[in-house]
Amino acid sequence: MNGQSQANVMTLQFSSRSENEAFARVAVAAFVSQLDPTLDELTDLKTVISEAVTNCIIHGYDNEPTGMVSITAAIEGEDITLTVSDQGQGIEDIELARQPLFTSKPDMERSGMGFTIMENFMDEFEVTTELGVGTTIRMKKRIESKKALYN
Amino acid sequence: MNLQVELEHRRNVLITRLRGELDHHTAEIVRFQLDEVIQRGQVNHVVLSLSELTFMDSSGLGVILGRYKQIKGRGGKMAVCEMNPAVRRLFELSGLFKIMHVYDNEHLALNGLEVVS
Repeated sequence: MNGQSQANVMTLQFSSRSENEAFARVAVAAFVSQLDPTLDELTDLKTVISEAVTNCIIHGYDNEPTGMVSITAAIEGEDITLTVSDQGQGIEDIELARQPLFTSKPDMERSGMGFTIMENFMDEFEVTTELGVGTTIRMKKRIESKKALYN
Repeated sequence: MNLQVELEHRRNVLITRLRGELDHHTAEIVRFQLDEVIQRGQVNHVVLSLSELTFMDSSGLGVILGRYKQIKGRGGKMAVCEMNPAVRRLFELSGLFKIMHVYDNEHLALNGLEVVS
């Protein structure tokens, strides 16, 4: 409870258009920069945001630009929590979707690595999805750079 | 646009230099430009030169894998060089490292392709 009240929170909402992917990465990176992350940490966070937002656009909304993508970033101590949501079609088989190299859209040359990358680059990763309702990805990472500085 | 594609023909090799950010949005540019050259049959091999690629995600892996399959289907090779550590990590994670020829720079990549061609 105490921790929650101290969280520093930012929320973004934007149209489900691929040109907004770069914007989402830069906006989250700018917000997180107050934690003084290393370049590697910043790249990890930009990559996972890119993966999650791309999933919303391609899979959640099936490239329909009228959908809205939401990102919430919360800083609590040294932890950054990122939540990326859509109100799209949801994921039918989440276990299958999380398999490395699996893609539901092989014709679009998707690599099937999105979930694998998010799981690898973050400390915590969870998916909530419901068919016809939407999908929410919640990810957490500890930013270690300040500690490393003292050592 | 956040991505520039520079193409240079060196005999039967197409050197492709990517500058900027390769994501779902910009992957289309790479797909379009490379396919035009590959499908005209003007090149046998492709060298991807990535020293100025500042960002890449899984959509980048997808478009690279797609071009790799086309080149391979025509009996050619694809080589990658000058990856930054973040791009290299994605190649390792996805297993692309195992199927592509990786070199430190363009010169070595060109030499390597001539040896295998």
